[in-house]
Amino acid sequence: MNQRSRLSLFVVQVLVISLMSALFGRLFYLQIAAGPKYREAALSIQSRDVVSPATRGLIVDSSGVPLALNKVGLAITVDRIEIDKQGDKGEAVLKHLAKLLHLKYADVYRNTRLCGELPKGGRKGCWTGSRYQPIPITKEADPDIALAIVERSDQFPGIDAQPIAIRNYPGLAGVNGAHVLGYVGPLTDTDLAKGNGHQYFRSEVIGKDGLEIQYDSYLRGTPGIRTVIVDRKESVTRESQNTLAIPGDHLITSLDARLQAATEKALADAVRRGRAAGYTSDSGAAVVMDVKTGQILALASYPTFDPNIFEKGLTVSQASDLFSEKKSVPALNRALQGLFAPASTFKSVSVVAAAAAGYNLNGTYDCPSQVQVGNRAFQNFDSKDQGRMNLKKAIAVSCDTLWYKIAFDEWLRDGGLRPKSNPNDYFFKAAQGFQITKKVGIDLPSESTSRLADRDYKKSWFEQNKDFYCNYKTRAPKSKQTPFLIQLAAENCVDGDKIRAGDAVNFSIGQGDTVVTPIKLTQMYAAIANGGTIWQALIGKAIVKTDGTVVKTMSPNKLGTVNAAPSTLSFLRTALREVVVSGTGAGAFSGFPIQVSGKTGTGQVFGTNPNGSKKDDTSWFASFAPSNSPRFAVVMMVGQGGFGASTSGVGVRHIYETLFGVKGNKVIPGAAIFPNGVPPTALPKISAATKPKGSQ
Amino acid sequence: MSEIAARQRLYRKSRGSVFHGFDPILTGAVALLLVIGTLLVYAATRDWYSRNGMDPQYYLKRHMINIAIGVFLAYGTTVIDYRLLRAYTPFLWGAGVIGLGIVLIGFGSTVNGAKAWIALPGGFQIQPAELAKISIIVGMSMILSERSHDKDEAQSRDVLQALVIAAIPVVLILLQPDMGTVFIISASVVTIIAVSGASSKWVVGLLIVAVLGAFTATKTGVISDYQVKRLQTFVDPTADSHGAGYQLRQARITVGSGGLIGTGLFNGPQTNGRFVPEQQTDFIFTVAGEELGFLGSALIVLLYLLILMRAFSIARRTNDPFGRLVTTGVIAWFAFQIFENIGMTLGLMPMTGVPLPFISYGGSSMFATLIGFGLLQNVHARTRG
Repeated sequence: MNQRSRLSLFVVQVLVISLMSALFGRLFYLQIAAGPKYREAALSIQSRDVVSPATRGLIVDSSGVPLALNKVGLAITVDRIEIDKQGDKGEAVLKHLAKLLHLKYADVYRNTRLCGELPKGGRKGCWTGSRYQPIPITKEADPDIALAIVERSDQFPGIDAQPIAIRNYPGLAGVNGAHVLGYVGPLTDTDLAKGNGHQYFRSEVIGKDGLEIQYDSYLRGTPGIRTVIVDRKESVTRESQNTLAIPGDHLITSLDARLQAATEKALADAVRRGRAAGYTSDSGAAVVMDVKTGQILALASYPTFDPNIFEKGLTVSQASDLFSEKKSVPALNRALQGLFAPASTFKSVSVVAAAAAGYNLNGTYDCPSQVQVGNRAFQNFDSKDQGRMNLKKAIAVSCDTLWYKIAFDEWLRDGGLRPKSNPNDYFFKAAQGFQITKKVGIDLPSESTSRLADRDYKKSWFEQNKDFYCNYKTRAPKSKQTPFLIQLAAENCVDGDKIRAGDAVNFSIGQGDTVVTPIKLTQMYAAIANGGTIWQALIGKAIVKTDGTVVKTMSPNKLGTVNAAPSTLSFLRTALREVVVSGTGAGAFSGFPIQVSGKTGTGQVFGTNPNGSKKDDTSWFASFAPSNSPRFAVVMMVGQGGFGASTSGVGVRHIYETLFGVKGNKVIPGAAIFPNGVPPTALPKISAATKPKGSQ
Repeated sequence: MSEIAARQRLYRKSRGSVFHGFDPILTGAVALLLVIGTLLVYAATRDWYSRNGMDPQYYLKRHMINIAIGVFLAYGTTVIDYRLLRAYTPFLWGAGVIGLGIVLIGFGSTVNGAKAWIALPGGFQIQPAELAKISIIVGMSMILSERSHDKDEAQSRDVLQALVIAAIPVVLILLQPDMGTVFIISASVVTIIAVSGASSKWVVGLLIVAVLGAFTATKTGVISDYQVKRLQTFVDPTADSHGAGYQLRQARITVGSGGLIGTGLFNGPQTNGRFVPEQQTDFIFTVAGEELGFLGSALIVLLYLLILMRAFSIARRTNDPFGRLVTTGVIAWFAFQIFENIGMTLGLMPMTGVPLPFISYGGSSMFATLIGFGLLQNVHARTRG
């Protein structure tokens, strides 16, 4: 062998060794370095999870009456794997099925497609689950049709009928409860992405609102998962895992079904009464709270909707109605999302402020027809001169001018437009003592924060708006260029960050920029009633397993105490009793056999309705009872409902009638919701078959 | 003829037994690969065929028959006096060319986009390109080792003659088209010419021609659509997510999922689910990757390396130029076919349809590689060491 051949052979040998080394290295990378990644990829290729959703836990009231349960429906399902094997991909079978169920084939086609299989924009109604689970066409099939499909399985290959659990809000005792209970729906991509520390599966339902979403992690249980290994043709080669579903835990609430139903009815009646009196009266809220614990016994919002429509399948018109302004946005839970000026119900705060400022609660004060505040005269309600009276009487008749005077005097003492560096701010501090700007902490989603028009608020408001008011002529629309508004804008530009005299006097009667949610006002009145304790508002009482063991109890939570002397609160309670005995609430409660204390409120609202009419007053009634030993706080608000007493006061009376078992002016023995006067503390036994008391 | 027969008798007499001169390491490595291959072919087909109501041992049985025939051919190649082989080479070459011609003019059946097969009665098929590899290697070695002049090195005339020997079958294979086989034959041709001692200008020139040829072939459309697609998916595996790209991705996932020790023979869910196509033939290495893991697949690569290193040692030790060139040709053939096949499975090489020597299911390939092994043994036996 010559030199050149020898060299060539050597080069070839080096090349061959390099090639084999390259294979070796690549093999090491794939199997060792990147092995875990590829193992995971292989697993996702081979394994398919078939998810069987867990039975959702019940939601019951404090005596065990179910508010949300599961109904057995008959689902007609389509097996995609099976119908895709058919020559026409199941077209004939699905057409036949659509005819039998009186559905459109196009809808059935779409319902049985995975979302990714459909073009963008045409995906509404697509199946969000996987190909490996039966896809329901309907959940409430006629049993005869279901039977026909099962019996003639040769004519319906790939179609099956099976019982399925559907969420149901039975409406026992006439309860609607839509805003409290919420509803359930299919998981969205956002739900899947969020995870909230849980593993969600596409075919599961998830709480979408209300208690259903708040306690979803308990209610949903753990779905059963059967993992199968499939081959390239998607036929199952073996089962690798099969865990059974664990049913969800039950939620026991502090609500009472009968009281809830009565509250809803009283609210709806109040709204109707407002309309009958000529007001727009388009919305409302009512809350019943246990003042010793903060537990919510009933909570209603008007207008409402049927919580069952979601499981039946929401039509487009139903969906748009929920958020329609014309229909007053039924989806909104006004008890915790509606913000309204508290009006005269806020005078309870002013009493605390006056006491702190050293005013004699037992002294007598003038209640003139108007009070001059700077260059503006502030009128009494209906411009009535009520003469001189003691403070108790002033609360009872809801005198405004008395508070204007005190608020104006205190404002001047604090330095007026040139505030002292350390002002007393008795009114603001009294309001802050009620924790108005803190949430009530209710176990429902989307609670709004109430707003207090104090110095901080004014400063932040000015920061956001000074640009507009200081350039009013160029920024404001032509229609708003009236001399009065231009003057107002100029004033705002100069001292918009200051509390002005007008702001101070408005504050004292709950007008102006201060707004509260009905549930916040309930919490405030509960605090007045119980001696000053501010409780967190809670609906959930306990979570129990299906076998009855308690998983969790939601114990009452004290958020703080009102900053007021016991004697002040005691005076306030007698004053509020006087309102119902001889004041603005006397008419509504005339002859009522249980002692009730409360305060009316008629809040002015600025602005116009969509139809151009001026907005009517907000009607409030905030109360507690029994007056001598308060246990319940009841607040009703009717948006644009007119007078506090006639619209809401009467509504609150109706709620108390049910609560205490009153008919006419008599207490019917045994008819009270809580026979011994207090809500139950023991947890009820849970059964889907429990019926409300007094029904068959 | 009588002279040749006499030589053969003399040769036979000179050896103590029929097994005389067998390289035990080379033979052992090949035997081990045949055993592993048999298990892998069975693992690749057994589960799927039994689940689909077919004979789970269908491929196993046929594979064992192929091995038996191949071993017989290898033995024949080993004991034959290769001077006799030289005498038969023109016929072998001619048969290969005719076979390739038959494939092209329409008797061939198209498998995976290439017309590479002649269907025979009884469901058998032969692939003339596999036999053409042997005839090209032996034919070129013959021309480049037999001097019509007294120079030690091969002259340009010899090289040109040798190239003609290779070119005719290569053009026919190009027309099928079977780029994988063309690649392997080209590697062998360049290697044989290089080791023959021919001027290095030839080697460099041929390499340049190969690169330019590959470039123009892709640009001018000599390479068919499906091959362009395969090349594209090699560059960007997502380019054709249901065809070639899918196969390459599945192959990589299957090998990678094996990890260090694999799932165990017959237990690979990717293999049993048949997520990788052609997994008893071109993609059989995925079965090794998944079920035998890194340990098993690395052993296979090591066995190949062992075989190739033994072959290099044979090439060095032999005094006979023809034997050396044949050995070199077989080395290049095996090495590049192994690299192309495993490299494709692991995503290092573009997808082409070449089987894995000694392991893949398939008669023609098994016969050809075992004959190639026989050639190595033949040269070894003739080397007095």
